Amino acid sequence: MTNHPNNASEGRTAERTDVLVIGSGFGGAIAAYHLAAGGADVTVLERGPWVASDEFEHDFLLGSSYTRIFDFVVGEGMSVLGGNCVGGGSVVYFAAMPRAPRFVFERRGNIGRRMWPSSIDRDRLDPWYDRVAEALPIIKQDWNDVTYSGGVFAAACAHAGLTANPAPAAIDRALCTNCNWMMSGCRFDAKRSLLLNYLPAAVAHGATIRPLHEVQHLSRNADGGYRVHYNVIDEEDYRVTVGSGAIDAKLVVVAAGAGATPVILRRSEPALGPMPYAVGRYFSGNGERLNTAVFDEEKVRTVLGLDRGEAAYAASQIGKGPCVASWDRLDPALPEYSRFTLEQLYFPPGFGTILAQVPGADGRTTWFGPEKKELLRHWQSWLTIFTMSEDDNEGVFGAPPPTGNATRISQQMLGRGTLRYEPSINTMRGWAESDAAVKDIMERDGLARVLPWTNDLVGAYTVHPLASCRIGDDPSTSALDDRHELRGHPGIFVTDGSAVPGALTVNPAFTLAALAERAMPGIVAAARERGVEVTYGAPSPEGETSARRAALPLVRDLVRD
Amino acid sequence: METADPGGRSRRTMTLEAFADTIVPGEKRFPGDRTVAGAAPGPGAVEAGALELLETPATGVTDGLDGYCEALDEHATAYAEQHGLKPDDSVPPFVALDFEDRTAIVRWLTSPGHPEKDLWVLLALFCNMAFDTGAHLHTTEAIAAGHPGLATMGFSSPDDDGLWRFPDFSYRRELAPRHPNTTSTGSPA
Repeated sequence: MTNHPNNASEGRTAERTDVLVIGSGFGGAIAAYHLAAGGADVTVLERGPWVASDEFEHDFLLGSSYTRIFDFVVGEGMSVLGGNCVGGGSVVYFAAMPRAPRFVFERRGNIGRRMWPSSIDRDRLDPWYDRVAEALPIIKQDWNDVTYSGGVFAAACAHAGLTANPAPAAIDRALCTNCNWMMSGCRFDAKRSLLLNYLPAAVAHGATIRPLHEVQHLSRNADGGYRVHYNVIDEEDYRVTVGSGAIDAKLVVVAAGAGATPVILRRSEPALGPMPYAVGRYFSGNGERLNTAVFDEEKVRTVLGLDRGEAAYAASQIGKGPCVASWDRLDPALPEYSRFTLEQLYFPPGFGTILAQVPGADGRTTWFGPEKKELLRHWQSWLTIFTMSEDDNEGVFGAPPPTGNATRISQQMLGRGTLRYEPSINTMRGWAESDAAVKDIMERDGLARVLPWTNDLVGAYTVHPLASCRIGDDPSTSALDDRHELRGHPGIFVTDGSAVPGALTVNPAFTLAALAERAMPGIVAAARERGVEVTYGAPSPEGETSARRAALPLVRDLVRD
Repeated sequence: METADPGGRSRRTMTLEAFADTIVPGEKRFPGDRTVAGAAPGPGAVEAGALELLETPATGVTDGLDGYCEALDEHATAYAEQHGLKPDDSVPPFVALDFEDRTAIVRWLTSPGHPEKDLWVLLALFCNMAFDTGAHLHTTEAIAAGHPGLATMGFSSPDDDGLWRFPDFSYRRELAPRHPNTTSTGSPA
């Protein structure tokens, strides 16, 4: 049934599938599961490797799992960290899974009117959040799950008169060893990545996943379907192409991530015709910003009353990703751009140390030199504080590079992309307000010294790229309709972070996954219209049905009239 | 090409060592060490393996190292002329500079707006990684060998199977009031 040769177009041999899914992160995995479970032939092309749990290494050596599965693309004014493997961002993420606050869906951003589709608000997305929560699953963490770093953050927030919450997470607490190697992939299957739910369920229903297949562009076939052109990437040196090919599909789901989806679509323009204006525009870095606090251990003991035996804190290396978030500034009464989450975070050395700053010998802040080295001596007393604020969707992609979404520099991980991001006054105001809030909390009574990471080296940085091919009601500022179909290109749907309209003020994985779940009834209906024998209505990947039942009344409105 | 370096290092090695030592400085390794300026106590990026990492082809910078050295020679020569510094032909021009002058050049090259910024940031990143992560080594082996960067940071050792586990990870008590607008599933309302 699947992938038999076809010589119908362009004179080249192409394989054939019903639905071709580009990317295997949240947007791709959820689509692959529902379509395969519904009876469609599904092929998933993933540019990165397929890494098994026992291949996830605790190792900083170049070429170990963290460089294989991660991408760090430096742009002009913005660098993007993202997944590069089967499972996409879910394999490298910290699994913090809060829902976006209600006000986010009412944001106006830089277009002066509501930027989300009128059909979506928090209430109407909640049933789709519930489906994802059941599928992964997501747990409500409590104080016994909170690491020392989360605890010291919470205590500092309380000391400043603020609240702090253990954050919901897609983590199996019984399996977690608090090793803090989450960014290298979870060796212990404690992190509920897509490798443990949607993807194996999709495969069980017959979906094919091809790793190291990097889609370059799409063309249109005479039958109204699409031909998807890919390169096969060397498993060790991602700069090397070892093959190429094409697959014909009746429907295409693009979910290559917000740093790649618009690049693939723009590269397809010569074959497909013009893309909507918003493809490759309105990119958001989720308003992200990082500060490093270096605690005075004695003050942690005397001011916060914390003690863990051998030290008061000194536990930077211990734990997992963000455990505690402060949501005091998620106040709908505050003006847009002044609302943000502060979250305790851990980045391993390298990612987490290079951009940290310190006052230099001449009083100017610096990221290198003797004073920085001295700061590293206190690394176990570091706490990284993560801001997710409201940016202005300033990012614009330049002309696509020859292949992929970046010109690769290193064998793995490091590349140079074409994203340009010049933060607006609004965005910078939000960052300044969050920097001031972090300083106020952490430096109170001499608890810590705080400085933001420098933006001078690689620009601003985001681990949550969004909105570069977004949904909306207005064709001039959105690339997709509210059912995630690419305007002017029927049969192409986008379900990844690029579809999210803008910054969410919280970790976005849960929201983009909920949007992907919400898009499925419409995509299944479109596939049926295009001749694919498929039905909608699969239970959760593990077979649970309660969230499906709850979402069922919403399905009819999501299917094209 | 060889100079009178007591360590017998090539000009390329000396120049790259001086650059790496500017990023994460260390103490001099031997009397007359010219490349390591001795600007900070303890081993720095050079002893942590910066050259080994830069010479690892997977970085993507190895083929460009000669070009980096030539460019650094030129920038250092111009800087010395501008500042009226006395030439010292016994070592490469960047190595001839004292630590403060090397720092000034690196700061200038990595500043926003410098046309070569991306290249120098890239080189600096790998020098940093050599110290902060020992990315040219398996981390278990780096720790066993007393890798100076990981030791400076107090990076703890793994279990016997080479994996890290921290069974003692939490204060295990409520440390802040919960936000009043939290939903039953633990999310912001």
